[in-house]
Order: sequence, then structure tokens, then C-alpha cells
Amino acid sequence: MASSSSYNSPCAACKFLRRKCMSGCIFAPYFPPEEPQKFANVHKIFGASNVSKLLNELLPHQREDAVNSLAYEAEARVRDPVYGCVGAITFLQRQVDRLQKELDAANADLFRYAYNGMHAAADAAPPPPNPPNRRIGHDVGGGGGAFYQTPYAPYPYNYHSPWNDGYNNPHGGL
Amino acid sequence: MASSSTSPCAACKFLRRKCQPECVFAPYFPPDQPQKFANVHKVFGASNVTKLLNELQPHQREDAVNSLAYEADMRLRDPVYGCVGVISLLQHQLRQLQMDLSCAKSELSKYQNLGISGHGLIAHHQGINLLGGGAARDHHHFHHQLFPVNQQQVIRAFDGGNGYDAGSLLAVNMSASIGQLGGFQQSRTGAAADGRRTPVEPS
Repeated sequence: MASSSSYNSPCAACKFLRRKCMSGCIFAPYFPPEEPQKFANVHKIFGASNVSKLLNELLPHQREDAVNSLAYEAEARVRDPVYGCVGAITFLQRQVDRLQKELDAANADLFRYAYNGMHAAADAAPPPPNPPNRRIGHDVGGGGGAFYQTPYAPYPYNYHSPWNDGYNNPHGGL
Repeated sequence: MASSSTSPCAACKFLRRKCQPECVFAPYFPPDQPQKFANVHKVFGASNVTKLLNELQPHQREDAVNSLAYEADMRLRDPVYGCVGVISLLQHQLRQLQMDLSCAKSELSKYQNLGISGHGLIAHHQGINLLGGGAARDHHHFHHQLFPVNQQQVIRAFDGGNGYDAGSLLAVNMSASIGQLGGFQQSRTGAAADGRRTPVEPS
């Protein structure tokens, strides 16, 4: 029924919204008709007008990535209405913290071996002051000697992860 | 303005309406945090948030609002990638840490196996000083890589176990995140891939 200005069928957004898909349709390049669920999710979570405003504020070359990230967030929120993709962020943050601690411990052991020989790290003497840098890796959490700081703001709220500290605990919160 | 003696919630203040006693926003948008609702409203819209909250149990709503507020804040800071940028950055960090940890453990095992003093090894293992620069190098070339496609990696990443397998952390990806959110099913047939485009390659 609806027709685009080209010979192609209307985009998924205009099909969903039951309107004519005009030649300048801002959604058309990013919501092809064969992916209806993508727009359905985005519409449900963000709303068509919010998405339209957001895309209009971006440069054309940025819009595809923006739509894809919105689609990802929308799908995550549909699957988990409580936490959405923030659940994944918290999970990953914990894994990063855990690995960072492991790396720090391994570096500490290496440091002791380098100065104290083959003795077990537990028996090693305290390292001398002003040791040279023997560290492997970098601090992603902003500890001493970080190569770069994470630019994002960590999730500030009291978050109760559905996975606790392991990921063998399927989330059944939906 | 409010029907009670307390001031209207941030949502009703923003929307310039009377804050009713049963206002769905009031418990979660206190008047002293106006930006929280302003952000949520800009990204999601008040009616979408209302619908979402109404579909949840009361005890779930605070967490939902806070996660929405976080997502909105991230989207406003980064209109192109929003929270997804954070996820891809964390995945990148995890991969880096995994590699660094493997190197560190490998070096440690050399010390432990050889059982010689550290001085001799230092001269031979210059790599100790060189490792760790990768993160700085990679950071300059870091670009959000979206939507990895290997679903089998997703399955292996969450294959039981009381602890975690450091190697499997490499497989933590956004598909895995969605799988977790959905109560992870191995039989997923690419629903997470529905609507996804090909991964964005670093430019």
C-alpha cells in the first residue's frame, strides 16, 4: 500500500508506522524492510520521534552506528526490562576488576622473583624501594600507572546483579 | 502544585503537571535530581518510561529507572554509541587484561620452572619490560567493534563451572550479554542477530 519514492518497498519504520516512505525518510537507510523487529524494538523503547531527533542531530556517517547501537540497547531492554544492557556493563565491569586484581597479583609475584630469585612469592623478602618497572600490562581501573582512564562514568547505582559473581546462574528475571 | 504537602517530583515539575499521590514517577525521580528525569525524558520519552514501569513489579522499578537513567546519560554523552560504547570498551579491556595475564603467568612459570635467580632472567626476558604497551597502542586505534557473530563462542563462555575460565572471558561479547539477559539458551538461533548489521570495522 505504502510506496517509497524509489522502486523499493517501504522501509521497516514506515511499514510499522503505516505511512508513506518518502524519498528523504530518515529511517529508510537503517531499517530495511526485511528486518522488521529491529524497528519494532527501537520504537517500543525509544519511540520513533526520539530516534528521529537523535539521528537528525548526527552527521550522516554516524547514523548507521547510532541506529545499530540503539537497536542493540532496545533489544537488550526488551529481553530484560529491568536492567537492559546495563546488566552486561556491570557484569563486564566485575570481570575487568577481577582480572585486574589477578594481574596485579601476578605482577607482584614477578616483581619478587625478579629481585629475590626463585623463592616462592610468599617467602620472598619485601622489594627494595624505588623498584624499576617490571609490570606486565596496565591498570584499566585507574590504579597506579594507568595507560588510559576509562572515559565512561561507571554505573553509580546500587546494582544487584542477577548473575552474582559467576555467569553460570541463568538470569530469569524476565 | 502537588496534592500533598511535599513538592512535586522531578518528572511532574519537568512536565509541568500536578504530581498526584499515585504518580508512577514520584518514588524514583525526586525533585532534587531534575537532570535524571530530563535525560530519561529526552532519550526514552515519558510515555515509554511509564509503559515500561507499569509492566514491572513495584520492587523492580527502582532498578529499572536507575538503569534507564544510566543509559540515557550515556546516550547523551555519546549520541552515536551510548552504552554500547561502554560495553565494547569493557570487552576490549577484558581482552587486553586476558592477554596481559597470560603473559604474566607465562613469565611466572618460567621463573618457577627454571628455578634460577632473577638476575639472569632479566637479561634474557626483555619482554617483561615491553609488555603492557599494547593497551596504549590499541587505545589510539580502538574503535567500537559491534556485534561479533560467533554464537559458539557465546555458548562456550557460559558453560557452567563454579569459577570462571580466563580463556572464556575472551568470548564475552555483546551476543553473550544478550544471551545472559534472556536466561541463556543454547538453542538460540540467531535471535540476537536479528536486525543486526555486519560488524563495524575499525576505521
